Amino acid sequence: MPISNYIIFCLALFTIGIVGVLVRRNAIIVFMCIELMLNAVNLLLVAFSKMHNGVAYLTDKSTIVGADAQVFVFFIMVVAAAEVSVGLAIIVMMYRNTKSIDINFLNRLKN
Amino acid sequence: MNTIIVSALLGVVMMFSGIFTANKTAIRNVAIVALLVLLGVNIAATYGCCNLNIDVKNMLEFSKFGMFFNSIAIFSTLMYLVLSGSDIVKVGDNAAEYFAIIFFVLCGVSVLSAYNSLLMLFLGVEIMTIPLYILTGSDKKNLKSNEASLKYFLMGSFSTGIMLMGIALMYGVNGNFGIAFDVPAAGSPLQNYGILLPLGLLFIFVSMAFKVSAAPFHFWTPDVYDGAPSVFTSFMATIVKAAGFIAFIKLFETHYFQLQASWKMILPLVIIATLFIGNITAVFQQSVKRMLAYSSIAQAGFMLFALYSNNSFSKEGILLYSAAYSLATIGVFAILIKMKDYTFEGYNGLAKTQPVLAAANTIFLLSLAGIPLTAGFFAKYYMLTSVLQSHNGFIMVIIAVLFAAVSVYYYFRVIQSMYFKQGDAETSAISSGFKYGLIFLAALIILLGIMPNVLLQYLYF
Repeated sequence: MPISNYIIFCLALFTIGIVGVLVRRNAIIVFMCIELMLNAVNLLLVAFSKMHNGVAYLTDKSTIVGADAQVFVFFIMVVAAAEVSVGLAIIVMMYRNTKSIDINFLNRLKN
Repeated sequence: MNTIIVSALLGVVMMFSGIFTANKTAIRNVAIVALLVLLGVNIAATYGCCNLNIDVKNMLEFSKFGMFFNSIAIFSTLMYLVLSGSDIVKVGDNAAEYFAIIFFVLCGVSVLSAYNSLLMLFLGVEIMTIPLYILTGSDKKNLKSNEASLKYFLMGSFSTGIMLMGIALMYGVNGNFGIAFDVPAAGSPLQNYGILLPLGLLFIFVSMAFKVSAAPFHFWTPDVYDGAPSVFTSFMATIVKAAGFIAFIKLFETHYFQLQASWKMILPLVIIATLFIGNITAVFQQSVKRMLAYSSIAQAGFMLFALYSNNSFSKEGILLYSAAYSLATIGVFAILIKMKDYTFEGYNGLAKTQPVLAAANTIFLLSLAGIPLTAGFFAKYYMLTSVLQSHNGFIMVIIAVLFAAVSVYYYFRVIQSMYFKQGDAETSAISSGFKYGLIFLAALIILLGIMPNVLLQYLYF
């Protein structure tokens, strides 16, 4: 499959994530949309990794070109997990005080 | 390398210190001693002493510039803990954890000042910001604090997602995560996708602009800075923001000339928008804390000049600027925390009741406004001169000076309240140690304002 398909698919997934963050009002769903953005990046990195590896493989059969992107994906997963642990704690803390996880709550500071 | 390892270890030590003692003053003193150790380790590492020899595969690069910035950041944190440490322990029950988190943030700062690969940039930014989400929400029962932390968290992870997309696109073209890149090589399947490179860079630009709160992406800043407990706002607005700028500059100093055509349009627009929104909105604020949040956006506009001019003069300038801005803002916030009322009226007559606080506050505010004989003057001077050296940026300089004049209005409103208005400003108890700390900080700012070389010479020796 040509790389352009992956690029278009990942950018579409990423855009769905961005639109979700901007449109949805439920904190957990906004949070899921952010995870969707991160996963679009993961997929794109793996696709690029395979692509660079494929090019290098033609000249050198024992190449490890492209392995760094797959390692990067693991780092993204770990950091995303750390973010989830902090983020869910914040959402739970907010829920305890307001009994709601609606983002519209975030307008009180404006004035 | 030493700074990164020791700051992370000291964070763990601070976390455990909460188990062995419940005495909050003792915990604060342990934190101050630990910071002194960290400062010593960093200065020793700057001069090549006792460096751990770890093969980092060229992912980190320890330059004099970055190490020197670390020293400034750690010293500013030290001043911050000395002045506001007793207020940190009052925020909640988990005093030891707050200090531990501050050390973890410093770990992120020292990664950001040394990174040489987009992976380390990403990790550094995350190590620095994830603890800040916690600090922002540390006042658990306060709705404003909850709201600020949720907003900061959502905005922060959103901008992280954008940054990762930028990194992925740049990786696609480059085939590695180095921060120097070139056009797609012949034979690469991406030969026809040259557009991905500027697109990726634009994504990273947007995300870094989020982190340093430059204009179109600044909207979270006033709310978060206002809602967070004041002691932690002080930390976020100074050290963390300055570290963001160091990372920003390092990332774009090598690419600047490759993408000049598209770049030259975006950056001046962002700078002018940042200066405009920061300064004009600050004029209309009633609360000093919120005014300082907008003023931090305005100061970010000035720091962006270093990115725009991108020469050795601007690199000296950004160090001076981060030192001058951090020290002055830490001082202003240290006094703000002691006030009972955060509005401008709350400062009425402070000069009668607390003359030392009022005098020190005046010096800090003069420095933020950029009045000569204070550090802020030379900081702004370096920024504007560097623009004139790199570009024929007369119009930019004139606009910047005009906005600096606007900023004088809102900084002087505080001075006017303190000295020329009747009232009895109420403060919480002020210890004499706090006063001496303020006097020391004010003296340091005047010293830097008279002889900026005192600071900058260490960049070369």
